[in-house]
Amino acid sequence: MSLLQKLGVSAENLAPEITGKYIGKPISRVDGRAKVTGNAKYAAEFNIGTGILYGYVISSPIAKGKITAVNARQALSQKGVLNVFTHENVPGLAWFDRSYQDQDAPPGGSPFRPLQSDEILFSQQPIALVIAETFELARYASTLVHFEYEVKEELNVGLELNLYKAKKPKKHRFPVPKPRGDAEKALAGSVVKIEEAYYHGYEHHNPMEMFASTVIYGDDDRLTIYDKTQGVLNSQSYVKSVFGLSEDEARVISPFMGGGFGAGLRPQYQLYMAVLASLELKRSVKVVLTRQQMFSFGHRPATLQKISLGASAEGKLQAVINRCYSETSTFEEYTENVVNWSGQMYQCDNVMLDHKLVPLDLFTPLDMRAPGGVTGMYALEVAIDELAVKAGIDPLEFRLLNYAEKDQNLDKPFSSKELRECYRQGAERFGWNKRNPEAGATLEGNNLVGWGVATGCWEANQMPSRAKAMLSADGKLTVSSATADIGTGTYTVMTQVAAETLGVAMEDVLFKLGDSVLPMSPLQGGSWTMATVGSAVKLVCDQLKAKLFKMAKKVENSPFGNSKEEDVVFADRCISLKEDAQQYLTFTEIMRKSKVNYIEEDTTSLPNMLEQNEYSRFTHSAVFVEVKVDQDLGTVHVSRVVNAVAAGRIINTKTSRSQVLGGIVWGISMALHEDTVMDDNFGRFMNTNLAEYHVPVNADINDIDVIFVEEHDDIVNPLGVKGLGEIGIVGVAAAISNAVYHATGKRVRDLPIQLDKLL
Amino acid sequence: MNKFTYASVSTTDAAIAEMDEHDSPKFIAGGTNLLDLMKVNVENPDHLIDITQIAFNQIEATADGGLRLGALVTNADTAWNEEVEKRYPLLSKAILAGASPQLRNMATNGGNLMQRTRCYYFYDTATPCNKREPGSGCSAIGGYNRILAILGTSEHCIATHPSDMCVALVALGATINITGINGDRTIPITEFHRLPGDRPDLDNTLQAGDIVTSIDLPVQGFEKNYAYLKVRDRASYAFALVSVAAALTLEGNQIKEARLVLGGVAHKPWRSAEAEAALTHQEASVSTFEKAAAIALEGAKGYGDNTFKIELAKRAIVRALKQAAGLEEQA
Ligand SMILES: Cc1cc2nc3c(=O)[nH]c(=O)nc-3n(C[C@H](O)[C@H](O)[C@H](O)COP(=O)(O)OP(=O)(O)OC[C@H]3O[C@@H](n4cnc5c(N)ncnc54)[C@H](O)[C@@H]3O)c2cc1C
Ligand code: SF4
Repeated sequence: MSLLQKLGVSAENLAPEITGKYIGKPISRVDGRAKVTGNAKYAAEFNIGTGILYGYVISSPIAKGKITAVNARQALSQKGVLNVFTHENVPGLAWFDRSYQDQDAPPGGSPFRPLQSDEILFSQQPIALVIAETFELARYASTLVHFEYEVKEELNVGLELNLYKAKKPKKHRFPVPKPRGDAEKALAGSVVKIEEAYYHGYEHHNPMEMFASTVIYGDDDRLTIYDKTQGVLNSQSYVKSVFGLSEDEARVISPFMGGGFGAGLRPQYQLYMAVLASLELKRSVKVVLTRQQMFSFGHRPATLQKISLGASAEGKLQAVINRCYSETSTFEEYTENVVNWSGQMYQCDNVMLDHKLVPLDLFTPLDMRAPGGVTGMYALEVAIDELAVKAGIDPLEFRLLNYAEKDQNLDKPFSSKELRECYRQGAERFGWNKRNPEAGATLEGNNLVGWGVATGCWEANQMPSRAKAMLSADGKLTVSSATADIGTGTYTVMTQVAAETLGVAMEDVLFKLGDSVLPMSPLQGGSWTMATVGSAVKLVCDQLKAKLFKMAKKVENSPFGNSKEEDVVFADRCISLKEDAQQYLTFTEIMRKSKVNYIEEDTTSLPNMLEQNEYSRFTHSAVFVEVKVDQDLGTVHVSRVVNAVAAGRIINTKTSRSQVLGGIVWGISMALHEDTVMDDNFGRFMNTNLAEYHVPVNADINDIDVIFVEEHDDIVNPLGVKGLGEIGIVGVAAAISNAVYHATGKRVRDLPIQLDKLL
Repeated sequence: MNKFTYASVSTTDAAIAEMDEHDSPKFIAGGTNLLDLMKVNVENPDHLIDITQIAFNQIEATADGGLRLGALVTNADTAWNEEVEKRYPLLSKAILAGASPQLRNMATNGGNLMQRTRCYYFYDTATPCNKREPGSGCSAIGGYNRILAILGTSEHCIATHPSDMCVALVALGATINITGINGDRTIPITEFHRLPGDRPDLDNTLQAGDIVTSIDLPVQGFEKNYAYLKVRDRASYAFALVSVAAALTLEGNQIKEARLVLGGVAHKPWRSAEAEAALTHQEASVSTFEKAAAIALEGAKGYGDNTFKIELAKRAIVRALKQAAGLEEQA
């Protein structure tokens, strides 16, 4: 018996039930009004003007070396400056690496410990925290703290310069599959082949909201921490273990987040800094990073993939080799799933995959929207395009020819895979059949026009989560879980699921999240929140229903005396008989008559691992792109995108579309704009502001069309959803690259495709 | 950002007097450049003199039939001014190619002339920079220099002047009116900005205490045959990698007069008299334009990341001249 069945719910009876009033509808965000009217408060906005102290972080100007002297006298002599924390005066804190390893820390590393050593490991390393009565004063005083350094000249930055240092990670978070067949031999024997290298550099998350922590020091010596995070429990456990606090001594709250994109999966150092200062000074402290400092921690790692593909004359894939090199820091081994896609996307019996890490003098990379997926699928999907061109086969047809019916990496069937339908519907909407097979052959005025296609893929995972629900006699439902809404619409979709399940109006539901006192939920990431927290919400509401029905049966003259739960309907705050809608009891009546003011349930939802493990579970998409490339000036304009996504059940067509739209925009950004530029002499990122770190502006974005392809999946989770947070971006950069090739006949193999690469 | 005092003045005399009383005072107009630089400790004035209340906020006709643009008129109000749009559309177009609507609403004409380079190293006090700290060295040479200059550079600095507006002003032959301790003077805009030479710390020829009061446009506005072409890394809200202001007077297919100025390639808007001469009295044709483009880029020097600008500039010149001559539509 599966765990869900044990809990009285089975996937079969859950999934079909969920349709109707709210599920699958384009529902606007329940928190939309609060956001646009400024009522939604973000971490830095709490407790303004309450005598709180402000911290300003000083960042290291050098990338490698030692601090040999600190002089904070001048800063401390300013009236209103309370303290300058440096490695010289930070008290002894937790000793073991384990205490600093948060939920998203790479396994086995030594997480960076701010202000605990004189050693400088990366440029912009935080080296001091100035605490003053105002932000302006703290910022000014920061210029008065003098450091002396011993600079280490031998600096290791630049991925390609350091490839010789590449080594296998001790522990890969996504183990690379063992080779199958004999890829080298098959490649040698292939009639059509390509061998190319694909690269993208450093990219930073750059959410609109800066990282911030507001720590309120309570009268009872307890801390209430407003933190920018994708997981309040992650921040809480980090603070607990580093500073030796109990659960009650550190409550973490994060009701809203101005963009996360993965940057908030690990506690950033402002949290550590603010808590440190607050505990030391026994005062409330706020620390907000600057935009420049937003470039001082994790980022999408620079990655080089050397890919060889071989095919038969008919275009059947015969060999796949991907040797990947990505950067990590000198103190942690960051791994992501870059190469596994190369063995999974297409039917191929000879595959060799390898992933090595190159330690650089930089901060550890960090998950950034579809980590590894955008990188791996970019290279694979451009390589496939190149192979199709060489084989003289239409790139879409080539993909269909090599369609993977099962996941050969895992040797498992897919729980569902409507990718063929994505290709079909996307191609139809886009008009792919009118494509000119020749590259560089379509000119409109000064613009070369090109069409490209690529596939997207992302995991469909479910994690354990708890949720709690309380229904009061007046029919109001409160549901809670310590998850986050990083802008994705968690508040809204959970409200929908709760309202639909229990048969109450959305207006009568309050969903609470982002508070460490709420029931356990994992980090918001990995596109698993709908599947994970949604399943928990569904489960807890179902249990509430069962409880309510049991009560209803017991009330005097109950119309449900002999009925079972299947015989009744929960709607409009009533239970009624399916057969005879006139036979009903309102929720209020049931509770009044049972003499209770509310009923409550608290439950844990666990993925049905036994069943899920039999399958490979992924979301798929097909991206079609039209670009216009100025034939003289090289400027690339993405004029049209169609993205057809198969992601299981769509709970909210509006917020889902928003997720995919945002993903596509970011894909355009990755393809054409984003690049954190490193000065190799200084080991320092140079374009650390939004004027020079380019993301698209409105003028760069044109027609974007999102299609949700129908997909039924009873395996992935009880809701049948696959998650949409990441799939939208995957494949977009490849489709653009392929379209640029089709437009110009030039193949650019490093991102971003800036105009100089096309001159 | 350091501590500073602040005063708002309503006359030029008061502004100049305030200047005299402090160690390192600065005028502030829209603040869109100055405040950014103060936040990163590149500019550290001890006193800010807010000049936005001085009455240089008019656009009015000059005695000789030209147009005077007050130094404190915003970039937005200048670009959308009816007279400017009608008589100097090149200027409108150039201004609107710059920054964003929000910035143009704040930015003033005087501030635009005075804006500083966007060289990455200039902004980062952790790196040497001769412009910021004379004698410390130039990190951009041998460093990352994709956006920097290819013309008129020196071994001390390869920064560019990032303005779009000024490129058009040079093409239009504007003059700058200045009031200083020694009274009023007027200089042609070509003598306002300077090349880095061995004094890259000096962006222009203003003297301490000088205040720009207005910009004069001559009668000739090239309103029939002009183009402003800006090539950049995204469709809007990015500085020019290369920009071209082209202005022609045509008689039939013959070029009577030509102005050709490049932005994003030098420490000042780069006007090429030689290229203009190569256009004058020639037929407006692609081959003429290509010749002029080659001449304009003679002596250009790339520094690695920015070497592509040489070819890009040539192509942009041809495109802009085609647009100006009406051989092709302007985007
Ligand atoms: C993100 C961003 C993007 C931008 N993109 C572009 C672009 O694409 N193209 C472009 O052309 N510009 C661009 N700009 C620059 C913008 O045009 C300038 O910042 C603006 O014109 C400066 O005007 P201001 O009035 O704000 O000057 P302020 O910041 O107030 O002053 C700038 C300097 O000028 C001095 N000053 C101001 N007025 C006078 C005066 N009357 N006399 C003497 N000195 C004076 C000040 O002392 C100061 O040193 C951009 C700016 C930003 C922040
Ligand atoms: S180019 Fe000029 S502004 Fe840039 S670093 Fe060199 S000296 Fe400084």
